Amino acid sequence: MRTSSWVPLLYVGPAVALMAVACLYPLLSALQLGFYDWSMGTPWGEAKWVGLDAFVAAFSDEAVWRSLKTTLMFAAVCVVSEMMLGIALALALEGQVRGMAFFRTLFILPMMIAPIAVGLVWRYLFDAQFGLLNAIIGLAGAAPVGWLAQEGTAFAAIIIADIWQWTPFVFIMMIAALANVDGAVLEAARVDGANWWQSTFLVKLPMIANVIVITLLMRLVDAFRVLEVIYILTFGGPGDSTEILSLHIYKTAFVGQRLGSAAAISVLLLVVVALLSWFALRLSNPLKEEERS
Amino acid sequence: MSLDIKRHPALVTAHYSALIFLALVCVAPIAVMFATSLKLQTQIFNTGVNFFFTPTLQNYREVLGEGSFTRYLTNSLIVGVASTVITLVLGCMAAYGLARFRFFGRKTVAYTSLLLRTVPLAVLAVPVFMIWGQAGMINSLWGLILLYVAVNLPFAIWLLYGFILQVPIELEEAASIDGCGPIKVFWKVVLPLIKPGIAAASIFTFRIAWNEFILALVLTDRATRTLPVAASLYITDIGVDWGKIMALGSLIAIPPLIFTFIAARQIITGLTAGAVKG
Repeated sequence: MRTSSWVPLLYVGPAVALMAVACLYPLLSALQLGFYDWSMGTPWGEAKWVGLDAFVAAFSDEAVWRSLKTTLMFAAVCVVSEMMLGIALALALEGQVRGMAFFRTLFILPMMIAPIAVGLVWRYLFDAQFGLLNAIIGLAGAAPVGWLAQEGTAFAAIIIADIWQWTPFVFIMMIAALANVDGAVLEAARVDGANWWQSTFLVKLPMIANVIVITLLMRLVDAFRVLEVIYILTFGGPGDSTEILSLHIYKTAFVGQRLGSAAAISVLLLVVVALLSWFALRLSNPLKEEERS
Repeated sequence: MSLDIKRHPALVTAHYSALIFLALVCVAPIAVMFATSLKLQTQIFNTGVNFFFTPTLQNYREVLGEGSFTRYLTNSLIVGVASTVITLVLGCMAAYGLARFRFFGRKTVAYTSLLLRTVPLAVLAVPVFMIWGQAGMINSLWGLILLYVAVNLPFAIWLLYGFILQVPIELEEAASIDGCGPIKVFWKVVLPLIKPGIAAASIFTFRIAWNEFILALVLTDRATRTLPVAASLYITDIGVDWGKIMALGSLIAIPPLIFTFIAARQIITGLTAGAVKG
């Protein structure tokens, strides 16, 4: 391996500088902003130092805790359903069939189109007046339901949209992992008289356990980043029943114009996400392999 | 026995039926968007399932006819292409540096960029709005591009790093013994071998830059608006202009759909990279 003191800087420097300016520095500023009371449009020099006030206010604000609870519920329900659905489908549908490549192409479509389009389509499907869902239950004689106007069903709606968009991801990860399972091991299990149940739960799934964990963590981190679909689908409503933390931060900053409070809540969300990512890094570390060798 | 059972015609049929059903579930909502974009407002408000209607291009005519459409499209294209090119160039360089050199701070760089990948964009929007505002970068396309490059770099570096590690260093050494400089070595030896990684990284970067909505909403104005922001303007307090918004939504979906159909393999490589050795 070549080593030189300044050559690596030429390669890595520009990317690092850019990430530092446009990502790291803003994040540190968010922390700083949390200590100030600053209204939009006024010079930064006029911002008032308020110390921990914004943080104290954020942590004693019931709306923040409700929003955190909504976020955790949303993430938990989405990720658990997506994992279970994705794994079950992968187990049922693994194996080489002709045309699988084409099906996989169709499965990634929901992830590729704009989140704003995803939000729009589901808002349309769930619409009380002319949505497809009400039209379908109408055929069975049921009265139309205001899906997005009731707290419970609105929460279900944002979850269904997320499951629709991201279960294919879990499915594709699991199919790829299952394809890598050594056939000889499964053959050995079969020779030893393992039935389908045993070879699935005692052999196959343990062999792809690390991919399952990585997928789970990737989904979990992403579940905390969801914002655009919900922004379009419900904008947090009705009430604040679907107001996840990201949306709460957005509204606090750009609707309520309270940037300091928004920054303080951001720190809370960052801590949650950082803990998760730290955990993810410990389990799946792309740098680990080379350290071992 | 299980292998024999798998080939049983009834099971094969069941297998395909399940795959087709799942494919329909994935595609149907997108198809609904296209179908709605071809309906007039009166047809949309028609309750009941109506699969058969006379399609009209009226919504598209109106969306395209609004003078600002070309401007928004141009903005989106500039932002998408510039973000992708810059991310790819800087990402390749950084990934190469991380893969081929051992230097002080290497691990810090690698870990920090991995962590940056997980930052929620709403968290970034608040301070960036303030900083860009003071730096006069608000409402400028470059302010947006800079941000998109920064949020996409961690993933690009991470993905390309894995690909560069697979390139045998002996190839590079042979080339440099033959008198190639470092740039030529990268261009002639490394680049051709990591093409699938580059394809995946560009699609993912372009997808974010093209589709992204929240940062664009906060950081642009009438002149610098991108298409997703323009689409959101059809949602007003008095309701949603469904025909037009679905038409614009369909137009926005076109480039990602094209990429998906021509490069599905690279996309799946990108999705599974790092977790599954393919």
